[in-house]
Amino acid sequence: MRNENPQLPPGAEKKKSRFGDTWKRLAENKAAMAGLFFLLFLIFMALTADLFFDYQKSCVDLNIASRLQWPSAEHWFGTDEFGRDMFARVVFGSRISLSIGFAAVAFGLFIGGIMGAVSGYFGGAIDNIIMRLCDIFLAVPMMLMAIVIVAALGTSILNLVIALAISCVPIFARIVRSAVLSVRDAEYVEAARAIGGKTGHIIFRYILPNCIGPIIVQTTLRIAATISNIAALSFIGLGVQAPRPEWGALLSGGRNFIRDSSYLATIPGICIMLTILSLNLLGDGLRDALDPRLR
Amino acid sequence: MTEKEKTPPALWIRDLSVEFRGRNSTVYALSGLNLKINKGETLGLVGETGAGKTTAGLSVLGLVASPPGVITGGSISVAGKEIIAPLTGDEAELVRKRWGEKKHRFDPGVKRCVSEEEMMEMRGRHVSMIFQDPMTSLNPVITVEKQISEVISKHTDVSGSEALRRAGDMLELVGIPRSRGKEYPHQFSGGMKQRVVIAMALALSPELLIADEPTTALDVTIQAQVLDMMKKLRDENRTSMLMITHDLGIVADICDRVSVIYAGRVVEHGTLSDVFDHTLHPYTKGLFASLPDLENRETRLKPIRGLMPDPSIRYTGCPFADRCDEASEVCRKEAPPVYHRTEDHMTVCHLYRDKADKKGMRET
Amino acid sequence: MAKYIIKRILYLIPVLIGVTLLVFFIMHLAPGNVAQIILGDNATPDQIAQLEKEMGLDQPVIVQYFRYLTGLLHGNLGNSYTTGASVTSEIMARFPYTIRLTVVAAVFSVILALPLGILAAVRQNTWVDSVSMIFSLIGVSMPIFWLALMLILIFALKLGWFPVYGADSFKSIILPAVSLGFMNMASIARTTRSAMVETIRQDYIRTAYSKGLSEREVIMRHAFRNGMLPTITVIGLEIGQMLGGSVLTETVFAWPGVGRLMIQAINGRDTPTVMGCIILMTVCFALVNLAVDLLYGVFDPRVRTMYR
Repeated sequence: MRNENPQLPPGAEKKKSRFGDTWKRLAENKAAMAGLFFLLFLIFMALTADLFFDYQKSCVDLNIASRLQWPSAEHWFGTDEFGRDMFARVVFGSRISLSIGFAAVAFGLFIGGIMGAVSGYFGGAIDNIIMRLCDIFLAVPMMLMAIVIVAALGTSILNLVIALAISCVPIFARIVRSAVLSVRDAEYVEAARAIGGKTGHIIFRYILPNCIGPIIVQTTLRIAATISNIAALSFIGLGVQAPRPEWGALLSGGRNFIRDSSYLATIPGICIMLTILSLNLLGDGLRDALDPRLR
Repeated sequence: MTEKEKTPPALWIRDLSVEFRGRNSTVYALSGLNLKINKGETLGLVGETGAGKTTAGLSVLGLVASPPGVITGGSISVAGKEIIAPLTGDEAELVRKRWGEKKHRFDPGVKRCVSEEEMMEMRGRHVSMIFQDPMTSLNPVITVEKQISEVISKHTDVSGSEALRRAGDMLELVGIPRSRGKEYPHQFSGGMKQRVVIAMALALSPELLIADEPTTALDVTIQAQVLDMMKKLRDENRTSMLMITHDLGIVADICDRVSVIYAGRVVEHGTLSDVFDHTLHPYTKGLFASLPDLENRETRLKPIRGLMPDPSIRYTGCPFADRCDEASEVCRKEAPPVYHRTEDHMTVCHLYRDKADKKGMRET
Repeated sequence: MAKYIIKRILYLIPVLIGVTLLVFFIMHLAPGNVAQIILGDNATPDQIAQLEKEMGLDQPVIVQYFRYLTGLLHGNLGNSYTTGASVTSEIMARFPYTIRLTVVAAVFSVILALPLGILAAVRQNTWVDSVSMIFSLIGVSMPIFWLALMLILIFALKLGWFPVYGADSFKSIILPAVSLGFMNMASIARTTRSAMVETIRQDYIRTAYSKGLSEREVIMRHAFRNGMLPTITVIGLEIGQMLGGSVLTETVFAWPGVGRLMIQAINGRDTPTVMGCIILMTVCFALVNLAVDLLYGVFDPRVRTMYR
């Protein structure tokens, strides 16, 4: 039903408008758009933070005189136990959370994507080895794996990226592999092979375009999970270290003052939640837009 | 009045219109469909994929998916009992007051004359339906005997074990050993599954059976077996039947009368010999011309050119005009008139407008 | 089916060996000299060398690994670097707490998630659907540790209904379990909804209606079992998530379980204890997944015949 003519890849007859169609469906989804705009706003804030705030002043210098002030017109998000402006710290924190999140997932996608594509396209022994390796990684709850890697490598930003990337790798490898498998033997790919298409050409022209949907969706959702994991690692002291204002670290710091200065723990948490929520909304929206049948 | 006309028809659909209202477009699945099945008779409903055949069957059972399906007009009665009737003027006024003039998404245009409980009572007991694809119409995680006995215990007071025993009887009736009742659908072949579906549909000897392309998904050899079995069971139970199909061979084999459906309306209706021997509508002629002629194999098949009309367009003229070799200007502009060749045999076509009924649409 | 179970259990063995190998080598990458850490800064090089010899740390990693593996097969996870106590007994003392927490959290999440997801699917595109899905979406977006802090803030500090931390009364498990299970509840509800939406569209659901069954009967007898198939897979994965998440919950609530032990061990460079915790959690996760597969057999006769 969905694909009346098996000789054509789904949507091939309208190749040019495929992206446009997806975008149109996404644009109709108000929740996904809200998520997208919030993310763009966050990215903008993260990129331009230096124009509005002084990193040295808000994240390093101490100003004991104005410590632990509740949110006010002067300090929108209040001040922390060292008198630093929480709003500035949260904005600088977005920079760290977002960049580690994007970097780790991009890295994980790159490695996992190659592993999955190789595994799916060639099959046989290579497939077996790669997939068993993924089984081993997936056998350990992901959070624990990240904890162990960071604990062993030491807590630097780079190690954090590596640890979180590694925990994404098997997931991407599996998704890419099954996407490749599902189209590898599809009739239109066989047809392309039958008329003498080269392997590389087939992978890029026919197989990848049809795997892109699940990959985009999963990437969005993985970024959400990774940002949450960064915060979790920082929270237990294994992630970003003071004085860097990562959201999880801010939360962890605020924990000690929760009785009287609950805003310190509340505000960074809301930021994490809104970011993850936006990514989830966008991911859901993308999934529906890429496969309208599901809704 | 003859004896036959005193008993109410097993199924009478008048002017039924069904739309599927999506967010951006509306599909007009049925546009004023008329059908009538006399008690004990079998009516063949013939047409291409997408003509609205399945929707017609589902609307009798009140199972048109809603949303997006909306019945916008017409009436349905089963064995004389009204199920759906058009709104009277006063009622339509009330609806307008409640929702205003705008086309409301759930605006029915008709009223349901029976409660949902009564509909449930009717389904499976008085009216049953056999669906097109036996592969997907059985629940994969429930044994077949359970699936058959479910309809028995739902509508009768028998104990669970008695219902299972009778399910076993039904299985034997359709030629499946009762010992296989403990098995699951995936352990049966396509033809066997369709037998199970038939056993389920006929378990309580309903007065009306709606068979939606019951053999389309089966191998040709199995098709004949299943059809023969259905014929036998129908004759034993004196079941009235609506046979939905695109296969004129099946119609010739099993039906008493035929309605040819095109773009959601009946274009020709009559007895077998009326329609087969005195074909009136160009579309029906086209259907026959696209069948292979076994006696004269030299003749080339003559397919009907073009595709089904876009169902999201409401036609003012004849929807077949674009594909019709005999179409003239008027066909595209005006709705075609009804012509009765005999009391039973009618068609809706401009070709016969000189002889057409003066009073316009007559009930068939 | 029995053959299938045995096959599955046998398959676990190489995976577990792989996990031990992986974790052992990762932990071995950690900088710093173990003997030095144990003995403290005042130790002489001789003492360090002596201890290394006693512990076998002077041998190649691979030899150390095989010695560890041999011990593991005898149920011996080695001794803690920090306390010197047997890791097995340390972990076993904490394990019941983690089990209790995870089970309560899992039960809480499943009991809430299934009706929520089914209701949303049955009333698709109505306000019921929207409300429960917005609720779930917020749920999956909420970091466990933050939720835990907020629960403490509201229900322990402000309202005083539950203790802030500890594990001594029945009341004390409520907040940890809710914070641990909430995200998974939301996630299971979302899966249940989409699985049920997919199931409700199937032809056999239409067949069931055509038999005259009520909506309730169709949903409970026909849609539920089919819709459960994808859902139980996700429940299994979510329980694995909870095992990982228990590290956070246990830290926030000072819950004396394996997760908290592991964090303490990591901070103390206590490799044998870390290894032990990871292996235990992995085995639990594997057993949960095995149980999920068996449930699949219960729910889906096609799986049963496949492995007969």
